[in-house]
Amino acid sequence: MIRSLFKKILVLLFALLIIIPVFMVVITTLKTSDYFYLDPTGLPDPVTFQNFIAIVTENNLHIHFLNSLIVSVSTILLCLFVASLVSYVIMRLKGWKSALLFGLFILGMMLPAQVNMIPLYGVLDTLGLLNSLIGLVLVSTTTFMPVVVFIVAGFMKTIPGSMIEASTMDGASEWQIYWKVALPLSAPAMATAAIFVGVMVWNDLLYPLLFVASPEKKTLPLSLLDFQGEYFTNYPMIFSGVLIASIPMIILYIFLQRYFMEGITAGANKG
Amino acid sequence: MQFSKRIYLFLIPGALLYFTFFILPTLGAFFYSITDWDGANTDFNFVGLANYMDLFTNDIVFMKSLGNNLKFLLAVVIFQTIFSLIFALILLKNTKTNIFFRALFFFPTILSSVSVAFIWSFIYAPSIGLMNPFLESIGLGNLTQNWLGNPEIAIFSLAFVQIWFHTGQVMIIFIAGLQNVPKELYEAAIVDGASRWQRFAKITWPLIAPATTMVVGYTIIQSFKAFDLVFAMTGGGPAFSTEILVTFIYNSAFSHYQFGYASAASVILMIIVAGITLIQFRLIGRNKVEH
Repeated sequence: MIRSLFKKILVLLFALLIIIPVFMVVITTLKTSDYFYLDPTGLPDPVTFQNFIAIVTENNLHIHFLNSLIVSVSTILLCLFVASLVSYVIMRLKGWKSALLFGLFILGMMLPAQVNMIPLYGVLDTLGLLNSLIGLVLVSTTTFMPVVVFIVAGFMKTIPGSMIEASTMDGASEWQIYWKVALPLSAPAMATAAIFVGVMVWNDLLYPLLFVASPEKKTLPLSLLDFQGEYFTNYPMIFSGVLIASIPMIILYIFLQRYFMEGITAGANKG
Repeated sequence: MQFSKRIYLFLIPGALLYFTFFILPTLGAFFYSITDWDGANTDFNFVGLANYMDLFTNDIVFMKSLGNNLKFLLAVVIFQTIFSLIFALILLKNTKTNIFFRALFFFPTILSSVSVAFIWSFIYAPSIGLMNPFLESIGLGNLTQNWLGNPEIAIFSLAFVQIWFHTGQVMIIFIAGLQNVPKELYEAAIVDGASRWQRFAKITWPLIAPATTMVVGYTIIQSFKAFDLVFAMTGGGPAFSTEILVTFIYNSAFSHYQFGYASAASVILMIIVAGITLIQFRLIGRNKVEH
């Protein structure tokens, strides 16, 4: 009895620790700045939606939103394509060659992106890719490729060899087997990987901070970072930005919870 | 199984990206670490191991950042692992309520570090925040603090946020591990009259030890990677009290333009992380339980 009550209290406490801050963010966005300083923790009175309009127009947030969307979607597509090609070869090769290739490509998971950020800056500079969304996409694709190979190659290995064999008998080329057999069969793993890459890239601050400088190239997290200096403690404005930046992930999370948990956990498995 | 050699063409895009944006810069870190490159000039000098010597003998901030990283890491590893394991055990069964709470606890993981940093900067804010009024209202007014402004405790305030941020995620890793524990083992143990504690110590623990090793290793590496959160919340201040290794590297390179020097610090970070990963692999290998 006492044990189960204690467990319930523990769970409820942590639940409140998550719900209250989220609730505070939402109600704060609905307050006027004046009212916020008068009563920082109370309910909004009057309710206003002006902050959302102001934060977007004052900061061109719609442009940064679009940049984030472009970088995230491009990285997901490119990363999944490149990594699934590698995964396919890992599946088709057998024995030590396959193991070596797998080992080589997941080596990147062992090292955090932060360890080579300085030379990476040099590489992008040399290639003329600083301050460009393409540069961000290429770097992010490379950073998350090992995890995607880990997820997708692991899944492809479970495809029965007979299915691939049947296709080779029919005279299909490797490209056709990859595109028409291996890829569709790997759809669940690809979805998991896509979510993982999407969350990571959408929320990433480090790469945009390092490689992007001009205002029209900023992604959301980088744009948000400026708010601190700009709005100081004007939380109705700051939180309106936070909410706009978080909404896409929240909506996806509501519908695709399972993939989020699988994706982020698979990434964690050796992230 | 036969395949045409042309299959190797499939590796070209991946290999090209991997070489250009991962292998090359990783090797580059070693190369730059023995130079005095400033990031802009094309000419620089080789300085041997001088950067490494300076880091360990002349740089108070670097040593401080190592110490802060250790404080942050210990606080996060200890509390996050314990809390996530407890919640995993409580929410293990796949009931509707449990699935709801799991989804809720996991929720912070999908937010960006910058958003989380702003939310907690607000909660911690001394005059308009939530933390101090809350402590006063439950009669703990003497505990009120300038949570991010006091150099003595700022790093632990950050550790608390990191725990809030990732406990749900680690809980899910534990649940995945725990659901692999065969039910029959428990039933047999109950028949044998094993107490709850005995069941945990003799069955659950040995079976989740590999998951725990993995979680601890993952959490340690996460603590070294916590750039986004620390940078957005405190930027390493006040008085370098929240400077950790990655913010130190960033600041050396991009605020002080000491790219060579910062590269030497990166190599040290690389060695630390590689070391932890190796230890982790050996432990997981040893802990593997056959069942």
